[in-house]
Amino acid sequence: MKEQCSIEVHNLTTTYGNTPVLWDVDFELPSGQIIGIIGPNGSGKTTLLKTIMGLLSPASGYVKIFDKNIDQMRERIAYVPQRESVDWDFPASVFDVVKMGRYRSNNLFRRSTKTDLAIVEESIEKVGLSDFRNRQISQLSGGQQQRVFIARALAQKADIYLMDEPFVGVDAATENAILSLLQEMKKDGKTVLMIHHDLQTVSDYFDYLVLLNTRLIAKGTPQEVLTEENLSNAYGGQLTLLAKVANLIKENEFPIRERDVDL
Amino acid sequence: MVGDAISHAVLPGIVVAYFFSGDKTSGLLLFGATLTGVIASAIIDFLSRKAKIQGDASIGITYTLLFALGMIMIASGGGNNVDLDMNCVLYGDIATINLDKVIVDGNLYIGPYAFYVELVAFFIILIVLLVGFKGFKLISFNEDFAKSLGINTGIWHYLMMGLVALTTVVGFEVVGAVLVVGFLIIPPATAQLIVNQLKNMLIVAVAFGVGAVIIGFYVASWFNVSYTGGMILVAGINFFIVLFLSNFSKKLKLKA
Amino acid sequence: METFLDFISFKDPNVFYVVIGIFCICSSSALIGTFAYLRKRALIGDAIAHALLPGICLGFLVAGEKNIIYLFAGAFLTGWLSTFLVDFIVNRSKVKQDAAIGIVLSSFFALGIVLLTYIQNSGTTEQGGLNSFLFGQAAAINKSEVSLFAGILVIVVLIIIVFYRQFLIVSFNPDFAKSIGLKVKTIEFLLTSLTVLAIASGIQALGVVLMSALIITPAAAARFWTNNLLKMLLIAVGFSVLSGWVGTYISYVNFGMPTGPWVVLVLSIITLLSFVFSVNHGILARFLKARKNRRKILHENILKALYQLHEREGNTNELNRRFSPRELLSIRLFDTRNLQNGIQRLKKQSLLKQEGGLYFLTSQGAKESKRIVRLHRLWEQYLLKRTQIDAYHVHSGAEAIEHILSPEIEKELIRELGISGIPEEDF
Repeated sequence: MKEQCSIEVHNLTTTYGNTPVLWDVDFELPSGQIIGIIGPNGSGKTTLLKTIMGLLSPASGYVKIFDKNIDQMRERIAYVPQRESVDWDFPASVFDVVKMGRYRSNNLFRRSTKTDLAIVEESIEKVGLSDFRNRQISQLSGGQQQRVFIARALAQKADIYLMDEPFVGVDAATENAILSLLQEMKKDGKTVLMIHHDLQTVSDYFDYLVLLNTRLIAKGTPQEVLTEENLSNAYGGQLTLLAKVANLIKENEFPIRERDVDL
Repeated sequence: MVGDAISHAVLPGIVVAYFFSGDKTSGLLLFGATLTGVIASAIIDFLSRKAKIQGDASIGITYTLLFALGMIMIASGGGNNVDLDMNCVLYGDIATINLDKVIVDGNLYIGPYAFYVELVAFFIILIVLLVGFKGFKLISFNEDFAKSLGINTGIWHYLMMGLVALTTVVGFEVVGAVLVVGFLIIPPATAQLIVNQLKNMLIVAVAFGVGAVIIGFYVASWFNVSYTGGMILVAGINFFIVLFLSNFSKKLKLKA
Repeated sequence: METFLDFISFKDPNVFYVVIGIFCICSSSALIGTFAYLRKRALIGDAIAHALLPGICLGFLVAGEKNIIYLFAGAFLTGWLSTFLVDFIVNRSKVKQDAAIGIVLSSFFALGIVLLTYIQNSGTTEQGGLNSFLFGQAAAINKSEVSLFAGILVIVVLIIIVFYRQFLIVSFNPDFAKSIGLKVKTIEFLLTSLTVLAIASGIQALGVVLMSALIITPAAAARFWTNNLLKMLLIAVGFSVLSGWVGTYISYVNFGMPTGPWVVLVLSIITLLSFVFSVNHGILARFLKARKNRRKILHENILKALYQLHEREGNTNELNRRFSPRELLSIRLFDTRNLQNGIQRLKKQSLLKQEGGLYFLTSQGAKESKRIVRLHRLWEQYLLKRTQIDAYHVHSGAEAIEHILSPEIEKELIRELGISGIPEEDF
């Protein structure tokens, strides 16, 4: 039983203060594919992931995971935050961090089971860090730290993986290792939704793309999305009007939604 | 640093509770102090989010305001039966050893009251830490990730702040409001310099803390100066020694 | 009242010194605090203030008496050392800045307490009053100290005038300052030294615990009122001096009441009032703005609904139909009370006229009504062209936005879409 739609984002608006960062974004993602989110800096990519995970609450709209609310689906969705979002000086080893992937809100007060520990070992091995399992995390390279984060997500044994720029600050070897891991995950029917920066590689890496610049610019297969028109709409400064309007909203502290409805 | 803010800010709570209860041993004190601790973190939150004042400035504004309120209360209520004086606020009571004594069977002296309060607080903190170790570890390292697992990070955050408030309040009477910050920060920071595991960091921090207390006590009594001052001073000197040594050994490693 | 007159008429010459002294202290700390605030280093002031205590005690031990020069020199030394140590810890270890501040603050303060108790127990008769450094006693300011504080104020003001631009750039963007060849280290050194000077001058009046408020709070309060650095400096000084005087007066009237807490209390109240009433950022201003926006949206929606009413009947050439409020509700779910109020206000703006129980658009109202519908539909077209949006969602996406589009954006929309008049399509 394979669900057709992994993530449904319905008319989603998320604001930062008063400014819309995501604005009426609406799409449904296929399952079992590797999906890229692309768009210029500040186009709301990270905000989109955080809103999907329920870390930020939307001003309007909703998100469904396999047609259910995120809170009912947490077991099946794993999140890999940006590497720089944590303090790597934290006193913990690779093993400690990956073990966090087995934590749940209902098992925090219990000891980890044998199965848990086996899954942790297996995840560390999958990302090729077995030799470093007891290493303090501050003593790892950037690529190794990223692999720790991915191993932690693998340990969650989820069906959907959201990754925030896993290829940033990573060496070529790690990038290749992650890529083959992604293919393996795809074979197992997993869905990966990943923020990506490098337009050169998108058509090689992804089956499906979401092009974002505050609003949804395009979605679909790489061929459908990577047209000149779409790219110039997203990157080429064609949306200056959109930015100007967003700015007016911020300056005047204008509500982005109305209270009453038009019939 | 929020610990600093809370430790200063609990003062008005303690003073108000003290006025109501009239003695320093009341549970009301603990309640009042914890309450103002929570209020303080709410004000800090409010200032930085709603009023858009920088984070550390909000902390500074909040604790100076609440501390000032506490001092005004002490100064204006100073006349009536209150022996909560401001020196005690700053550097505690050990120096003068006039802590309330617990006497059973009429005359058997089994130690100062504060000792038992500290002991109870110690066990509470120990048990909460042991039971909630995973949770504290998770939200300290990566709060967003914890949220993504569906864990209520707000509860854990306030639990941690509650423990800080508890430590501050029970320590306040003995070591004073300013120096309790030293006990909160210096030993763990020293431990962090040499230890890579959270569990070990906790153990080493406790060792450093206790060591500083014992050495500080004897040094202070030798020179006949403030005990708490001596203890924190020893802890601070210890921090800088460890800092220099760890830097030195790093350099050696680089050369080798 | 009599004490108040005594206070402002300087009947007691000491009061005069105290008032002038407070003026100097508050001014210099507010000036330098503004830069500390803008550099996001507000809490460093806290570490410095606590670190002055051991310096004062050392100064006392060296001089053997309360000699202001010695005390001040000692304070300056340890205060400066403390900022150096905070930077040293942050640069040389994984300890973060806030923890580093906590470590330095409590270690120096502990040293201060140790020295203080040593001095007290050594039984010197001269030591009386060292305690006042803990909590502050403005009344203790005397003539020679006033000249010292005034000297510090002059130094602070002069250096700020001379280095104004450098300070501005370094506070705003140190990397940029470096890139244009400024000696950032030297300028930061200068700022730090001035901070220590200002805090050291205030310590006697305010006390170590509360002195950092004099650095942080005036700047935070002033920030509500202006976006201009020069004005911010002046407003911070004004707030600070005012609180200083009020606090001093209260401790003058109530004997034995420490000055510091009252100054801080008044300062905090000023900050709170600034937050409520400030013209640009205050909650009152924000509330009024929100109400203005709400009314604008309501008025324009009424006008828009009127156009749609005409459109429904196939006649948009002349928008002259009489209508009742009830009819509008068939177009849009207005809140009935809001609708009544909105219609009354539109009448006042002479966009609507009343005839019995019915209303109709004036010619100006008709123009406005067309403008809003045009904006709404232009925006719909723009979204369809530039973004991926379902026809189903495009209407709701353009709701609310039509009220904010400026004439300038309207022109750009028309140019970009090549549409004139009112687009027919309605989604």
